[in-house]
Order: sequence, then C-alpha cells, then structure tokens
Amino acid sequence: MTSAAPLMSVEGLSKVFHTRHGDVNAVDGVSFDVGSGETVALVGESGCGKSTVAMTLLGLEDRSDGIVRINGVEDGADEKSRQKHLGTNLSIVFQNPYASLNPKMKIRDVIAEPLTTAFGLRGKALNERIIKLLADVGLGPEHLKRYPHEFSGGQRQRIAIARALALEPKLLILDEPTAALDVSVQAQVLKLLRDLQDELGLSYLFISHDLATVEYLSRRVMVMYLGRIVETGLVGDVFANPAHPYTRALLDSVPSIDPALRDNLKTLAGEIPSPLNRPKGCAFAPRCYFAEDKCSQSSPNLEPAGQDRDVACFYPIKSTETER
Amino acid sequence: MSTPVLQIAGLRVEFPGLLRTVKAVRGINLTVTGGTVMGLVGESGSGKSMTAMAALGLIPKPGVVHGSVKVDGFEVVGRRDAELAPLRGGEAAMIFQNPMKALNPFFTVGEQMTDAIRCHLPFDKKAAIKAAIAALESVHLPDPTFTLDKYPHQMSGGQIQRVMIAMALACQPKVLIADEPTTALDVTVQAQIISLLRELVATQDRTILFITHDLGVVASLCDNVAVMYAGEIVETGSVVDVFADPKHPYTQKLMNTVPRLGAGDQNLNFIPGQVPDMGFPPKGCAFHPRCDQADDKCAASAPDYMIFNNDHKAACHRLDEAP
Amino acid sequence: MSILETSDEVPTLAWRVKAKAFAANNKLFVVGATGFLFILLCAIFAPLIAPYAPDKIDFSARLQGPSWAHWMGTEKFGRDILSRVIYGAQTSLIIGTAVTFIAILIGAPIGIIAGYFGGRLDTLLMRVSDVFLAFPPLLLPIAITAALGSGLGNAMFAIAVSWFPWYARITRAAVLRIRTEPYINAARAMGVSHTRIMWRHVLPNSLTPIIVQGSMDFGFTILAAASLSFIGLGATPPMIEWGLMAATSRSMFLDAWWTVLFPGMAIFFTVLCVNLVGDGVRDVLDPKHGIKE
Repeated sequence: MTSAAPLMSVEGLSKVFHTRHGDVNAVDGVSFDVGSGETVALVGESGCGKSTVAMTLLGLEDRSDGIVRINGVEDGADEKSRQKHLGTNLSIVFQNPYASLNPKMKIRDVIAEPLTTAFGLRGKALNERIIKLLADVGLGPEHLKRYPHEFSGGQRQRIAIARALALEPKLLILDEPTAALDVSVQAQVLKLLRDLQDELGLSYLFISHDLATVEYLSRRVMVMYLGRIVETGLVGDVFANPAHPYTRALLDSVPSIDPALRDNLKTLAGEIPSPLNRPKGCAFAPRCYFAEDKCSQSSPNLEPAGQDRDVACFYPIKSTETER
Repeated sequence: MSTPVLQIAGLRVEFPGLLRTVKAVRGINLTVTGGTVMGLVGESGSGKSMTAMAALGLIPKPGVVHGSVKVDGFEVVGRRDAELAPLRGGEAAMIFQNPMKALNPFFTVGEQMTDAIRCHLPFDKKAAIKAAIAALESVHLPDPTFTLDKYPHQMSGGQIQRVMIAMALACQPKVLIADEPTTALDVTVQAQIISLLRELVATQDRTILFITHDLGVVASLCDNVAVMYAGEIVETGSVVDVFADPKHPYTQKLMNTVPRLGAGDQNLNFIPGQVPDMGFPPKGCAFHPRCDQADDKCAASAPDYMIFNNDHKAACHRLDEAP
Repeated sequence: MSILETSDEVPTLAWRVKAKAFAANNKLFVVGATGFLFILLCAIFAPLIAPYAPDKIDFSARLQGPSWAHWMGTEKFGRDILSRVIYGAQTSLIIGTAVTFIAILIGAPIGIIAGYFGGRLDTLLMRVSDVFLAFPPLLLPIAITAALGSGLGNAMFAIAVSWFPWYARITRAAVLRIRTEPYINAARAMGVSHTRIMWRHVLPNSLTPIIVQGSMDFGFTILAAASLSFIGLGATPPMIEWGLMAATSRSMFLDAWWTVLFPGMAIFFTVLCVNLVGDGVRDVLDPKHGIKE
C-alpha cells in the first residue's frame, strides 16, 4: 500500500434494512481502502452484503452509518450531494448485461447519456467520444444504431463497461461482471478489464463469488460473511494460507478442474444463518470446525494477523495447518 | 452393472421458423450406462438443455425431434404426451436450474412430494408420506417430518434443491436428468449438492445425466463427459481421459479459458468470436470459424470421430494428420 | 456524423417477412385491420364515396326501405342512410382517437409519477384515481355531461375524465416493475436526473401496456360516445353520429327497422374491428406473445 491517502477509503460503513420481521444489518461496520490503480475484491456468498456495499457507495441506497472519503475528501450526507461529490469518480458495471441496458435505447444513446449529463457534451465532440469509448472496449462505429437485443451477452457487457468508462471514473465497481456470461466470453471480458486497468490506471472494487476470477483480477481480497469482513489480505497469500475458517471453507468448496483432485472438495456443514437472527458471538461459529465456547459468546474483531493480513477470528488457522 | 440406461441415437432437434430453421441439436449419439454419471458440457446455445428436454419428450410445440431416445429400452421420440406420463418423474426424473421456481409456492413440500410419489407408485397416503420421509433422509435434510410441513418460501435455495433431488429419486427413476442444478447456488452449497449426488451414486447405484457449463463441476462429479458445441458432441470419453488429454481444439480452449484457483498470475486465454447462430450453423466443422488450427478441409466437410483408447472420441480433421 | 447515418443496416426485407409471418399467424388481426382500414378510408373519402349528400332532405323519399337507389334505405326526412353512415365514420374515429389520447395524457403521467416516487404521493394519486373507478362505467360520464351540458365536446371530455384512472393504474403497474430494473439503477449511478430517467428510461419501457390498453379502449370510447348520444347527452342533431342516428329513429324501429339497424351495425362493426386490431397490437408488443422468427 502507498503511504499517501488512498483513492477511496471506507470507514465503518453500515446499512440496516428495516423489515416487517425486524432490522437486518445487511452491512455491519465495514472498513477498507482502495488504492490508486489497485483491484480490491469483495468476496462472499449471496446475502453476505457485498452488493449492498456497492449500492451504498454509489448512493443508490442511503447508508445507515459510516464515512466514505475519495482522495481524502469526505462525501455529503444525502443522495444528491453524495452524487455530486462522488460525481465522476465512481462508476459501476452490473452483473446482468441483459438487464442493465435499457432495451428501448440505441447503443449510441446508452453511451451518450452519461456524457451529456456529466460533461454536457454535444454534437461532434460527443460523437467522437462515443466512438472512442466503443473502440476502447472492442466495438466498432457500426454498432451505434443498434439496440441491446441485437448483441450477445459478452458484447452487451462491453457496452456496459463503455458506459461506465464514459464518466472517466477513477474507481470502477464491478458487481459480478462475468457471472452471467459463458466461460469463453467470460475470459474475454476479464482480459478486457485487465487491459483497461493497465491503460487507464483504473482502480477496481471487484465484487464476486467466483474465487478463481478474483485471483485472476485482484491484488487484495476481502472475504465477507453475514455483513462483516472476516479476512483481508493479498490474494495470493489469503488463498494459499487462509487464516479464517470460512475463507478456507470457501476455497475448499471450489471444484477443481482436475478430476484427480476431486476428493479435495470439502463441504461446509449447515446453511448461512438468516441475517434476521444473527448468531451470538462469531456469526460463523455454528458452522465452524474450530469453534470453541468463546466463539459463541463474544464476537471477534478484524485484527492484524501477520503482514498485510487482517482476520476476525479468535483461533485463526496457522499457515502450517493449511495444506491444501 | 453396465447396462445402457439412456441411449440417444442420431438425435436432432429443430425449430422450424418462417425465416430460418433453428437446429438446436444436430445428430448426437450418447449412451449413459447404469450407475454412472455422464456430464454434458457446453456453453449456452450448444444444445445441451434441448438434449435433456428431448430425453423426456419435453420439446415445446414448434420443435421437431428426429432420431431415437431410449430410456431403459423405452422409445421416447414420437410418443404422445399421455404415453410419456409414466416416464416423466417415473422412469426418468428431472431437476432444474432454478430450485426456487420448481416448487409450487401454495403447497407444502409434503403435499407436493406425496402427490408426485402417488402419481407413479401404487402407494396410499401413509406409505407415500413414509417414502417421502425416507427420501428426505437420504438427501440429509435435517428433521424430515418437520420439512414436510414447510412451504417453499420457508426454505433456502440449497434446501429446496435437496427437496427436488429427494422428490426426483423417491419414485426410483432409472435415470436422473439434472439441468444445471448447482448453477444458481453459492459455492459452498454447490459443494454440498455435488457431494450429495456423489454419495447417491456410490451408495444407491443411481444413474445421472448431468448438464452443466462448469468444467470444475464435471471434474469433481462425473465419470464420463460429452462436450457439446453448436448442437454436436465434439468430444466424449471418461472424465479422466478427456481432462488429462483433451483432443478437440474446442475442449482444449475451453479448459484454458477457465481461470484456475491457485494458478497465480496466469495468462488467461479466450476463444475469439461468438457461439454461432444455430439458424445458420457453419458448414464443415462448426468450430472452424473460431479455431486457430482450421484449414480449408475444416470449412469444407464435417469431421468424423477419431477413436482413442477407452472409447475416448473426438471429431476433428486435425487429429487425422497427427502422427 | 456520416458514420452514424450509414450504419442503419436493418434490411427492409426482413421487416416484410416478419410482417408476413405475423399476418399468417394472426388471421383475425388481418380481418380486423382490413375492416378498420376500410372504415378509415370511408371516413377520409366520405365526400367521394357517399352517393348522396348526407344532409340532403328529400320528403318524397321518406322512410324508404333498402333499395338500389338507397342501399340502406332512408330516414324520416328522406336522407340517405348509407351516406350518413359513411360520414358518421368521421365522427366516430375522431371521438375514439381524441378521447383515448386525452385519457392517456392525463393517466400516464399520474401513473409514472406515482409508481416512480412511491410513498405518500403514490397513495394520494392512486386513491384519487380509485374514486373515479368506483362509479359504474357509464354513470360518471352521464353525470359529468349532465352537469356541463350536453354536446359532443363535453361528452368526450366526460368519457376521458372517467377513463383516465385505468391508464394511471396500468402505467403505475408497469413502472413498479421497471423501477427495480438494473438499467434504472445504472442510470441513477451515472447521475442522471429523475426527470430524465422517467422520460428516457421509464416511459419508453412502460409504453407497451399503455398502447395495448389504448387500442382496446378505442372501441369502448366509440361505444360510450354513441351511448351518450343515444340518450341525448352527446352529439346534437346537425351532427352525423351513429348513436344519434339510432336514437332519433328509435321510435319507428318496428316500422322502419333499417333506420336503426344500419347505424347500429356500423357501431358494432367498427368496435369489433378495433378490438381485433387491439388484440393484434398486444401480440406484437407484448413479449410474452412475441413473434417467433
């Protein structure tokens, strides 16, 4: 990490949803930094709150608590001032390219919209910028007058990326950008994202449940479970020597492409608890092989555990125990 | 036990339209032997789901099916719906990708399970409930009697998929057809389902046709694999053989496009271009427009299968030339 | 700019083939569309087609039955009914179009605002709409016209006002579905204003059910206007309107059936054709009934 102020710094971000059945702490005191030109992955299973983090960062959901700073400057309190401040710093690519493009808008208008709203571009300058953006993601000017349904999933995701880049963001939130795509196309999009990062010096907050793509794209990783971050560190270190039992369980659940290794697939007992009745103490304790009495009584904080590594666990796995 | 339970021969599925005829499946042969798991892999539009639907005679109306599909010797193609009723859910059961939509939200799990069981087996209500409880136990759902009284919305996706598997197996089908049953689930839940299916095959001698796009799932679950591209099987064989030494360029490339966990900073390959429009599949080898090894021959004629050891087969012209 | 202009490569042939395919699958739509086109042509070219001037009084030819000279007979002032039915098409089509448009123009914005913003504004707008829907279908227009005074303009306004809540409801339902679409979130994340989101993203995507409903209601509005005219609250005598024609002749229905039958048939035929076209429009626009290529 650089010593200067990180591009984005999030402190104690929380989001409580008030439902009929009670309050749900979808995101519970999440703090992290994203450095300039860095990719940080946010990993977890459905319902862990990773997408809610994205929504609150973008101001699409009001946050219950927490501070977000961009280049050291704190953002406003309500949606309007927040969007003004975040403005063109932050942009997003959504999971499903079939739903994230307005079916009634031509591609030209899809890309033009952020350019006119944010920069007031018109006429020739606008058209040149649109064509440049499409070229950046590998699409030609012949696509301008087509509608989203005339494109394949991979092409649509390229269009969505071009739209996100139109704001000239410093940080791009990628919310499972390849989850809805075929494997062969998924690789194209991942590669494009990597090339764009090298070219434009972008930072990514990469939200995903797919550990292999996380490893491919990211430098650092944060593992979320039931609204809290349980482990963070450099991707290579964390995946090679997971310290939190949940991280390890996640890694053990990924089926290997080598049939000889099929017996390495280990299953985690039980189900993710409902956030409505979050277990006392460590939320993972009821499913944890290493849990002791202490785990179900008090909840561990995210604390440094070795170089570039934070873990929220009373009994973190020592690296010698993790023969994978 | 190595009797063929599901035999597909020369299967073609076409959807005639006014502008073009979509050829979803273009002449495939596939045999699933008893007590094994066959993985049918392919990307969207490869025809893998249509093959599964055809196996149960479920191809929707304008679709036309040619060739032969035999479930335990019973010919499916050309039958009327009434003749297929005992087959569906009885001899051949199916589980689907989206478990949340597969159960009726207005009835309890128990009502739906006993209904399904009594459709196919001559059980009274009590016996059906007993069978349902036994089935739920076999998929390791905690407290099966309690589960019977639950409504679908009271359960998680993983639990419902277990119920679907229990329901499918309760009628003792000869073959279980699973269409991407783990795609909508989280990794940890997917791992649970995979190990459950593995256990059911090992202990109960079940036969499964497993349709997926995920090579990792195939590697960890299946005995044999058939790789589909553009409505054809391009390569088939035992999982060990195919994964250790993929012969067809498409299989090779597909394996290289998957980011591997633990591979570190890898250089990801990708297949250029798009999956072809099945209204107008490419002439010759369907993969040749995206294949970097293709030559004139590949564009001119469709390749035959080359057979390697242990029934490992691949259809590619380039294989003829290799020494 | 030139690049933008030349990339329109959707071939017209494909469109024609699609239309043919659609027609082959929707024979009733073709019947309806043909009939509607016929009515439309009658309305436009009425002066050329009508054998007589519609208001030419001829006391020597009063109440004549259908004949070669007067295909649909004549009414009590000796005016040719065929000519009046042809001219009546003009009135009916104008009524249908105008009323449907006014109803959509009032209803759709209310539905969009209610559905998009939700909350108290939604409750307020929709409860007000519900009040309008609580009246039996024709009672409210009758009451409004009675209050404003009879006349075709007032009748049209009255029907539109009592009909707009349907559009508010349909639009709101569509907006509620669209509001959660990722492309709306995407637009918001880009900092696009609410007004623009409603105008560029919400409206175009909620248009389908509105158009479908509009094409179905077109027939109803014609019918409603004819009904108001029939009971003396709509069109007034110098006008040529089918409902009014039937009304002025209703006392002699038993002796001169043609005076009532043919205007009635015209209403029936028009409403039928319009409804068949409406069904077809739904099939084209509603993705669930979409054309298979």
